[in-house]
Amino acid sequence: MSKTLYRKLVDAHTVVRLDVDNVLLYADLHLMNEYTSPQAFAGLHERGLATLYPGQNVATVSHIIPTHADKLRIIADGDSALQASNLKRNCGRHGIPLFDTNDRFQGIEHVIAPEHGMIRPGMVVICGDSHTTTYGALGALGFGIGTTEVEHLLATQTLVYRLAGDMRIRIDGRLPFGTTAKDLVLMVIARIGAQGARGYVVEFCGSAIDALTVEARFTLCNMAVEAGARGALIAPDATAIGYVLEHCPDIAGDAAMRARALAHWATLASDPDAVFDVEHAFDAAALAPIVTWGTSPDQAMPVTGQVPQARNASDTRALAYAGLASGMPIAGVAIDHVFIGSCTNGRIEDLRAVMDVVGSRKVAPGVRAMVVPGSGAVREQAEREGIAARLVAAGFEWRKPGCSMCLAMNDDVLAPGVRCASTTNRNFEGRQGRGAITHLMSPAMAAAAAVTGKITDVRTLLEQQA
Amino acid sequence: MNNTIIEGIAAPLPIANLDTDQIIPKQFLRGIDKAGLAQGILYDLRFDANGAPRPDCVLNQPAYAQAPILLGGANFGCGSSREHAVWGLQQFGVRAVLASGFGEIFYSNAMNNGLMLATVPEEYMERLLALAGASPAPLRVRVDVERLELVSAAGTVGFPLSERHRRMFMDGLDMLGASLQHLPAIQAFAARWREDKPWLADVAAGARARLDRMPAP
Repeated sequence: MSKTLYRKLVDAHTVVRLDVDNVLLYADLHLMNEYTSPQAFAGLHERGLATLYPGQNVATVSHIIPTHADKLRIIADGDSALQASNLKRNCGRHGIPLFDTNDRFQGIEHVIAPEHGMIRPGMVVICGDSHTTTYGALGALGFGIGTTEVEHLLATQTLVYRLAGDMRIRIDGRLPFGTTAKDLVLMVIARIGAQGARGYVVEFCGSAIDALTVEARFTLCNMAVEAGARGALIAPDATAIGYVLEHCPDIAGDAAMRARALAHWATLASDPDAVFDVEHAFDAAALAPIVTWGTSPDQAMPVTGQVPQARNASDTRALAYAGLASGMPIAGVAIDHVFIGSCTNGRIEDLRAVMDVVGSRKVAPGVRAMVVPGSGAVREQAEREGIAARLVAAGFEWRKPGCSMCLAMNDDVLAPGVRCASTTNRNFEGRQGRGAITHLMSPAMAAAAAVTGKITDVRTLLEQQA
Repeated sequence: MNNTIIEGIAAPLPIANLDTDQIIPKQFLRGIDKAGLAQGILYDLRFDANGAPRPDCVLNQPAYAQAPILLGGANFGCGSSREHAVWGLQQFGVRAVLASGFGEIFYSNAMNNGLMLATVPEEYMERLLALAGASPAPLRVRVDVERLELVSAAGTVGFPLSERHRRMFMDGLDMLGASLQHLPAIQAFAARWREDKPWLADVAAGARARLDRMPAP
């Protein structure tokens, strides 16, 4: 029987079929952070249970960590410091690899895992964090779970997994000048809605997807969860396999293992006649840079457009929160703050895109612009490439890695009423600070906002440079 | 207490995409246990910037203060995976939420903790919310988990729940305990998998060891 890639991955990882909806699903890798794991470890300790396969688990301090550039990072908040020390204690006790607060390679879980070769095609990767869908970019099934399930994973390396439906989103056409995977995914979310993929694992395909770099695919799959998806997948192609071999010396350097792995990866695609429950198709060629205007990621629009009329109570509420009026052009709205970073857009290609727009320009007067690299490795790379020095000279703050102002759980919090151009994934009410207003956009668009002090069509700046 | 019936006042909270960041904001997630989360529930909706109760919030009205049921908008509980949202709602006294749909991770978290989520047809939800808005006395709803039925002034309607989740709710099934029974099968699977696909084995330990061997810059 023909199968989708999603079904192949689930079937291969099924230890036991539990009932019609649920299987016991084996996880190749389980990632943890400091704030959704403590109660899981406590649960294990109450039951007197050990971690079944410690080497298939990894933890990082990411959400609460301060990002100031001091050499030694000290977590000032007592409760947060306890979360970090508690994570270290738990990892030590269970023999779980850790990327601790002052580790050179510390970073956001979804940035460090692929860059250090922990994500490979055909894996199931699970984490107590909703943006685990990121790993579909490499043909690995990734998804987020709660803390009860974190405990279950530690003890059994499996999850009681409720099967999802199959959705395919085909995107053909070439991404136009000035647009990126971020614009693409915001457009898709706006078109299908914040619950448009709820209940489904989405497989992305089409010529626009084929042309994306792996880092761009991370951005796309990362935000699939903002359409409600339970997972996102892209069948691994030469681009994905090239990335994996580059980041996995243990495979690349062992000819026999490499051959076996390549043979397996060649099977990781939906069969030609596989049936999807739902299919969508979009044309990338019509895309313009996208920004969000509201408080849900599906409230998004081209930067060339006017703020839409409210269609329902939730739009009315969002317009009031965002302080925008229907009919006004979104371009030209003044911003106070720029945040560049997160598991969506905190990688080296994102920082290169920022630098390309900034060029010799300066951050606009009155704007505070922060760059928080996704990991220690990204930060070092950007410093080697001269990106850091250039951005600092332009007036950006060059900070240390973490989730930072994406969810404002550390001390990077916006004040009420502050309007932020942000490369993150959620523009929810209060997400970056109570009463703060978030406009999601690509790194290039955020850079354009930083240097102009307002929401700006990045293409106008890029054309000036060309 | 009858474990299959949840009955009481239903507080209307008709906000679409009410995400878990709003259900419990980040400043309440700094603990290492599950204690003290009730205070953070729907904090920005319940309290103003100075910490004073907002009179416009239904949950601050005396009639709804003890409501065990929430009537939510579409896509309730979307966003972050934080299970604190479920623990906090339960500590706040909520036993069931009715909505036309729920965020997927929130749904699993609720089922794993015995917070009942009833996925209700949109038009029934609209009638319920209209009644809740119009009636001078708070609306009451009865959620019958055994019969998978909601009863209210808007009439009686069924709701879907998998047999596994229904059993977990009624019998308090210990999910981890049940899975540990499968440990021999898991270990056999893992041994076979490692043999078959050695490049997927212990990738975390392998990566950490490689990084630890790297010379300092």
